[in-house]
Amino acid sequence: MNFVLSILFSIFAVTVVILIPWIGVGALDLRVLFGIVIPYAAMATFFVGIVVRVIGWSRSPVPFRIPTTAGQEWSFPWIKSNPIDNPKGTWGVVVRMILEVLTFRSLFRNTRLEYRRIDGVPKIDYEWEKWLWIAALLFHYSFFVIFLRHFRFFTEPVPAFVTLLQNLDGFMQMGAAPFNGFGLPGVYLTDMLLMAAVTWLLLRRIFYSQIRYVSLPSDYFPLFLILALGTSGMLMRYLLRVDVTKVKELAIGLFKFSPVAPEGIGVLFYIHLFILCVLIAYFPFSKLMHLAGVFLSPTRNLSNNSRFVRHVNPWNYPVKTHTYEEYEDEFREHMIEAGIPVEKQAEPKAETEEKE
Amino acid sequence: MYDGGKIVIGLIIGIGLFLSPFFYNAGTAAKAPDPQLTEKAKEAEVCVANKEYMRESHFSLLDEWRHTAVRDGERYYTAADGKKYYKSLQVTCLDCHSNKTNFCDQCHNYLDVDPYCWDCHIVPEEKK
Repeated sequence: MNFVLSILFSIFAVTVVILIPWIGVGALDLRVLFGIVIPYAAMATFFVGIVVRVIGWSRSPVPFRIPTTAGQEWSFPWIKSNPIDNPKGTWGVVVRMILEVLTFRSLFRNTRLEYRRIDGVPKIDYEWEKWLWIAALLFHYSFFVIFLRHFRFFTEPVPAFVTLLQNLDGFMQMGAAPFNGFGLPGVYLTDMLLMAAVTWLLLRRIFYSQIRYVSLPSDYFPLFLILALGTSGMLMRYLLRVDVTKVKELAIGLFKFSPVAPEGIGVLFYIHLFILCVLIAYFPFSKLMHLAGVFLSPTRNLSNNSRFVRHVNPWNYPVKTHTYEEYEDEFREHMIEAGIPVEKQAEPKAETEEKE
Repeated sequence: MYDGGKIVIGLIIGIGLFLSPFFYNAGTAAKAPDPQLTEKAKEAEVCVANKEYMRESHFSLLDEWRHTAVRDGERYYTAADGKKYYKSLQVTCLDCHSNKTNFCDQCHNYLDVDPYCWDCHIVPEEKK
């Protein structure tokens, strides 16, 4: 699909996602549907979908080791090996995986091919491109902090770590804009960082020709969805507020399995909730499954022990073998007769020797 | 070789983490906030703005008051009904809403909001 079409298609899809609750709650007042039924359905899809997909992955055989060996392998004691980038055993793999999951080392190594002209001479350059890594770190950690901050809406009493996160996140105690009426609740750094990072992750798909070429609607759609989710959330916090007390009643009701859909919550909340529902329901079917998939990266989570551990492919059917020992047992007499040397002498011959 | 066993253990841990709000809420009784109006507030009947606005955005108003009073020296606020109010948390707001524990704190604690009003302002003494 042409990239303009891909983007338009994704924008159209997200617009529909926004319009559905807008009409559904704003005009038709279907609070129970959008506040209770759809969130439960989305959660069920999310959990069942993830379990089904991960179980499916777990049934895949691991016939051999394919770790990327980005360091010196363990060999002789006088050759310095790299236990993390070329792990020999479990602990190396654990450290490697922790660094991968928490600091995205694969993205850190990202390079980008560029055509340049130096003094009129075309030149190919490989640039160490760290913006993807920086934006990905900012995006994922901001999203994580925002997710944890939302615990204040669905836990009672609110755990201490949520309060701590809120205080750290809003420590600048500043408004979003230098004029009044815009953001007394101290602006959260993660809100701004998330939007900036997602915007960059979108722009790089548009401006880098190589990435534009491989981008599909399934890449743009989640980005637009998260942009819409962040925008609706920030609008609610900073501008068009809704009654958060009732929002919390609804949220706690969902998690206590005694759902209520209180009257008088602004439609913006239902738009925010519906975007989230679409996001988590879409989750198991999309590239977002890298949340679970990152733990199953075979080039990262396998130790490089092929030199000293035998890995048997479980696909192997039982192969009929005929070893040399068996071969010799079968043809020994003929071999001796023909004068071919044998490893084990024939039994009867030994008996005759004893008789003599 | 299969690694299914390890993957299923990881899956159970991951799903457990995502389900933690369900477990957390199952063990606790959530009580909805119940802000009380004082007799004086009930008598006055109107606040400086309508009830919905005050419920959702009172902090915006307080912030505006702070900025305009402290930075611009404008000490009076004209409400929508034309009535004039002295812009002051302690003198105006807390005059009616003198019951911080049963009014302010009800929702603030419920939603884990920690307003920094009391970093500078003196917490009102409450008459029991």
